[in-house]
Amino acid sequence: MTSIAKPLAALAFSALLAPAATLDAAEIWVTNEKDDTISVIDIATLEVVRTIETGERPRGITFSKDFSKAYVCASDSDTVQVLDAATGEILHELPSGEDPEQFVLHPNDRHLYIANEDDAVTTVVDTETRKVVAQINVGIEPEGMAVSPDGKIAITTSETTNMAHWIDTDTQQLFANTLVDSRPRHAEFTAGGSALWVSSEIGGTITVFDTATQTETGKISFDVKGVHPDRVQPVGFAFTADEKTAFVALGPSNHIAVVNAGTLEVEDYILVGRRVWHMAFSPDKSLLFTTNGVSGDVTVIDTAKRQALKSIKVGRFPWGAALRP
Amino acid sequence: MRFLITFVIALLPAASAAANGVEVPVIYLKQQEVQPPTLSNLDPPPADLGETGAQLGLADNRTTGGFLGHSYSLEAISVPEDGDFAAAVRTALSRSKLLILDAPKPALLAAADLPEAQNALLFNSASPDTGLRSGDCRRNLLHSLPSDLMRSDALMQFALSKRWTGLALISGSHPQDQAFAAALRQSAAKFGLEITAEQTWDYGADMRRNAAQEVPLMSQELGRHDLLLVADELQDFARYLPYNTWLPRPVAGSEGLVPTAWAPVVEQWGAAQLQSRFQELAGRKMLARDYAAWAAMRTIGEAVTRTNSAGAAVLRSFILSDSFELAGFKGRPLSYRRWNGQLRQPIPLATPRALAAQAPLPGFLHQHSELDTLGLDEPESRCGAFQ
Repeated sequence: MTSIAKPLAALAFSALLAPAATLDAAEIWVTNEKDDTISVIDIATLEVVRTIETGERPRGITFSKDFSKAYVCASDSDTVQVLDAATGEILHELPSGEDPEQFVLHPNDRHLYIANEDDAVTTVVDTETRKVVAQINVGIEPEGMAVSPDGKIAITTSETTNMAHWIDTDTQQLFANTLVDSRPRHAEFTAGGSALWVSSEIGGTITVFDTATQTETGKISFDVKGVHPDRVQPVGFAFTADEKTAFVALGPSNHIAVVNAGTLEVEDYILVGRRVWHMAFSPDKSLLFTTNGVSGDVTVIDTAKRQALKSIKVGRFPWGAALRP
Repeated sequence: MRFLITFVIALLPAASAAANGVEVPVIYLKQQEVQPPTLSNLDPPPADLGETGAQLGLADNRTTGGFLGHSYSLEAISVPEDGDFAAAVRTALSRSKLLILDAPKPALLAAADLPEAQNALLFNSASPDTGLRSGDCRRNLLHSLPSDLMRSDALMQFALSKRWTGLALISGSHPQDQAFAAALRQSAAKFGLEITAEQTWDYGADMRRNAAQEVPLMSQELGRHDLLLVADELQDFARYLPYNTWLPRPVAGSEGLVPTAWAPVVEQWGAAQLQSRFQELAGRKMLARDYAAWAAMRTIGEAVTRTNSAGAAVLRSFILSDSFELAGFKGRPLSYRRWNGQLRQPIPLATPRALAAQAPLPGFLHQHSELDTLGLDEPESRCGAFQ
């Protein structure tokens, strides 16, 4: 990384042009699974500006819709912690079920859908009353969580059962269970909620479903030059603002794939840190921040140029990432 | 989480799937064996070794099956030391064509050669015998436990990567010890390492009292070496070697750094979840044979899930196809070798407290799969039954 200076200068320049609000105080919060902390990265300077202590083994992280509160899965503390996003102070804890790993906040800004990894259960918690609304039996080792933009469908993927479980959020009951390839890790709705993507770590694929019929409409495969296919393991992924492009973390292959969401073809591979896991965009999605668990750092990617700009050292085993604009 | 119970909505998988109702009965048969006495009584083999691994695989399969209308069952049969294993297998075959067998090589062969077994699918979850993956292979017998040679290859890759090229070997006298010692010799030759001195353990003394006196004298005769290998598969004497040898040398093989299908210290690649599920079920740590039985059960489950069939022939052909992959918590998909029915898998190199490495190690390359640098590759196996 000898040529950091130039892209950074360009970045600083574009920061001057951009509306102040989008970049000024914007931060990426990264959970460090084996440090029990959150590293807060300032997007303007690309540096860690503070470190927040959490419960044990923080993994999933998300913000309330107004970004005043952060929710963090403290997996080994068996709780979801609610933090004041301004101060980093832990306000209170939510009952989460055992071993919460990953979650998603419903568009209603109230219900958290939580995957309880050790318990084969999805727990629905009301963040206002701080009570459990429902627990739904799913497959073994639930992990990936998604909710449709209209809020009607929540998804849990189960790693050992190899399924996407479709939850009707009105009744909190399963209405479909669809098989995917081995060890599904992450799910996201796209195309206005009409499609669902599910990544399969050991299968090495992303399965695309039609939401209306829950049928498979496509599958994405990856081929990283010089890396054995067994080690190309898709995990987290995220879409650009126009949803035409997806960035996919490929785990121990240490690459991010750039996928054309229309053709489902991979257009590019970007080398990042070791065991890349999850990611978050800057407010205008010009930058992407990936968590690299084994190397303990975050790679910053210029999404237009599809180039890595910088590695930022964070805590041990960074796992989740979320934007606080 | 007791307070949550009142909120639990028991939603056992919807009726949508239950319609097609595939029944998958599996039978686990164990041949009880006389355990020779060992110097230490610290770690007797668990009575439920293997079987509880199959039980965990059953629980995993049942969860998936619940969503698909596949119902799994597991029956465990224990055949006494002097019992007729083949007869027990014949009886079992009248109830299921899917068997997991925990028995020594002669009993496995007798079972696989039964006329009733010819259209069955049998899994060997307990015998590491390399011959079963070579000239003595059987078309209806797959192997979820790694062979001795897969383990010894894993260890030799590690020794070579450390440039520990001079090796000494102490072997016990039991057939299992001799088989593992033979595998270690074969692997050393394969990777260009030299076993410069060998000894057979024939000391009758009680090592618990005088290991500190006997082992230095004995190991002094081994001369210069970088790594001391030990083949003591029944865990009789090897535990007394580390720190008592004449030269300060690491010990590996059956003790010290152990190449194994599974160890309680494996925690990466989601393995912590499998370990905690096993601990909860068994009240003890998960061992290699537990893992092999679990993998056999999960192999059946994965094949039933993908084929929507419980027919032994359908499952066998799917399991041996390119489409089959098992998520085995070892960081990459597991599959079966088409030439001898061996489950292709990484081999952890474990110390009692941590995973030191996992083979295949970086740099050991193969034209198809790096996993095939461990054990009998296609040109080496003399198995013809799978052609």
